[in-house]
Amino acid sequence: MRRRPNHLAGLGSLVWLAVVGFPLYVLLISTFRTRASYSSEGPLSFPEHLTLQNYADDFSNGFGQDFLNTVIVTASVVAIVLLVVPPLAYAIVRARGRTIATVFRIFLLGLAIPAQAVIVPMFYVISKAGLYDHLIGVILPTAAFCLPVCTLVLTGAMRDITNELYEAMAMDGATPWRVFWQLVVPLSRGGLSSVVVFSALQAWNGFLFPLILTQSESSKVITLGLYNFQTEHGVDVPGLLSAVVLSMLPIFIVYLFARRALVQGLMGVGGK
Amino acid sequence: MSTSSLGSGPGSGSGPGRGARAGRRAGRRAGVGVTRPGLAWAVPATVFFLLFAILPLVLVAVLSFTSWDGVGAPTFNGLDNWTRLLHDPVMTQSVWLTLVLTAAGVLVQTPVSVLLGVWAAGHQRNRAVLSAVFFTPLLLSATAISVVWRAVLDPNFGVPSQLPWLFGDGNLMGSQSGAIAVLTFVGMWQWTPMHALLYQGGARAIPRVLYQAAAIDGAGKVRQFLHITLPQLRNTMITSVILMLVGGLTTFDTVLILTQGGPGTDTTNSAFYMYQQAFKSFDFGSGSAIALVLVVVATLISLAVVRLSGYDKMRGTTEGL
Repeated sequence: MRRRPNHLAGLGSLVWLAVVGFPLYVLLISTFRTRASYSSEGPLSFPEHLTLQNYADDFSNGFGQDFLNTVIVTASVVAIVLLVVPPLAYAIVRARGRTIATVFRIFLLGLAIPAQAVIVPMFYVISKAGLYDHLIGVILPTAAFCLPVCTLVLTGAMRDITNELYEAMAMDGATPWRVFWQLVVPLSRGGLSSVVVFSALQAWNGFLFPLILTQSESSKVITLGLYNFQTEHGVDVPGLLSAVVLSMLPIFIVYLFARRALVQGLMGVGGK
Repeated sequence: MSTSSLGSGPGSGSGPGRGARAGRRAGRRAGVGVTRPGLAWAVPATVFFLLFAILPLVLVAVLSFTSWDGVGAPTFNGLDNWTRLLHDPVMTQSVWLTLVLTAAGVLVQTPVSVLLGVWAAGHQRNRAVLSAVFFTPLLLSATAISVVWRAVLDPNFGVPSQLPWLFGDGNLMGSQSGAIAVLTFVGMWQWTPMHALLYQGGARAIPRVLYQAAAIDGAGKVRQFLHITLPQLRNTMITSVILMLVGGLTTFDTVLILTQGGPGTDTTNSAFYMYQQAFKSFDFGSGSAIALVLVVVATLISLAVVRLSGYDKMRGTTEGL
C-alpha cells in the first residue's frame, strides 16, 4: 500500500523543527559574537563581526582540563559496563534457578532508583571510602547507575539468540566460556553497541554525581564547568555558550557519522 | 520453544530432519547442561550494583533517622527529621510542586511525542534530515540545555528583550506560574525526542494489515489514527508515561540552573529541597528523609513498570521454560 504524505503531520513537524531549531540558532550564533555585540545587538540578529575569541577564551579558562576529565570518566564508565554487564546478561538469559531470577528483579527495580534519592548516602559512602574529589569517586556510581538499563538492553539482545545455536555448541562440547565468546558476544553486537552509546552519553552528560562528589578544579568535568561558569561569570553569555557547544561537539560528531547506530542505541534504551 | 518448535521449523518434517531432531534431543539430555553458565557470571555486576546502588538505598533509610552535618559521625535522633518535615511548610509546598510539575510534564509531553513519533514512523520525504535535527536535544546534557535556555530567556539580554510584543516585560521566571511554565516547556524540549523515539518504534511495529483493512472500509487518516494507532500504542504509552513520571518526580538539574528553586521557594520541588537541606544547609538527616520519600514513590512506580509492561515475563520467550 502506498502512503500519501500527511500534510497535517508535516506541518506539526515543521513547528517542532522551529521549537528545536530556534534555541540552537541562538546558541550557535551567540558563540561567534563578542560580548559587546551580544549585549548591544541582542541574541537574534546576525552579528556584524564574527569572532572565534570565545572558544579561545574557554580553553584559557580551563576547558581543556574539564574535557580531559570527562573523557577519562566516560572511557572508564564504558569499560566497567562492558566488563560486568555481558557476563551478567549471559547468566540471566542462560542460567537456571530462582537466584538468577531474583538478581534480574533487583536490576529491574534499580531501573527506577533516581540518583537524587541516593545522593546523600552516596556522598557518605564515597567520603568514607576516601574517594571524595577523585574522578574514581564519580566513575563508580555513574557506572553503577548505568547497569540496570544496560542489563535490560543486553538481555533483550541475547534472548534473540536461538536455542539451536546453543545446542549446536553443546554438541561440540563447548564450555560456557567458549559459548560466551564465540556465540553470545558476536551475536549480541547490536545490543553491545547500544550499551556503549547509552553509558557513554550518561557519563559524558552526568551532572549530579560530579556536583556532589567533587569540588576542586583538577577533578572538574565539563557539565560542572558549565554550571560554575554560569554562576561565576553569568554575564559572559557568549563565553558560556561556546563552552556548551564545545561540550556537545564530540557527541555531535559521533551523531553525524553514526546517527543510525546512535538512535538505535537510544531507542533500545527506552524501547526494549 | 524446545522440541515442539524445532519440529515445526523448516525442513524438519522429513526423514533426515527427524533424525537430526532425535540427535539433538539426545544432545540435550547428554550435554546441554554444560553450556549453561553458573551464577558466578552474575557476581561481579551484582556485587558492584549492590555496593553502589542498593547499599546507599538502605543507608538513606538509616540516615533519615539521624542527625549528620556531613563531617562528624551521624547520631541517631529518632523521628526528629520526620516530625520536623511534617510541620515544614516548604516541604509540603515542595511535594505539591513536584506533583504539579510531574503532571504538567506528562500532559504536555505525551501528545507532542505521540504525534512526532507517529510522524517519524512514516515515510515522508526529508524525514531523515528533519528527524536528525529533531533529536538533537537527546545529545545535550540537562546542564547544557538549562544553561542555553536560561541565556535565551534572560529578561535583559535574551530573546524576550528583543520581542516585547510577545513577552511583555520579559521576566518569565519572575512569577511562580511563569517559572513553572518555563520548567515545563524546557522539560518538553529536553524529553520529547526520547519519547517520540519510543512511539516511533511502537508505531513501526503496528501491522500494516490493520491500516489496509481500515482503508478498504473507508476510514480516513484521522480515524485510522484514533482507532488503530492510538490503541496499538497502548503499551508504549504505559512505558513512556511511567518514564515521564519517574523523570518528573526527580527533576533537579533544570530547577537548579534555571530557577534556583525561586522566586522565593516557588519552584522548590522535592529533589531540589533535598539538595538544599543536605548540601546547602548541611542537614543531611532531613535531606535523607526527603530522599526516602522520593525512593518510595519511585519504587512504587518501578514496580508498576515491571507489572504493566511485563518486563519480568520476558524470561522464556525463546526458551519456553
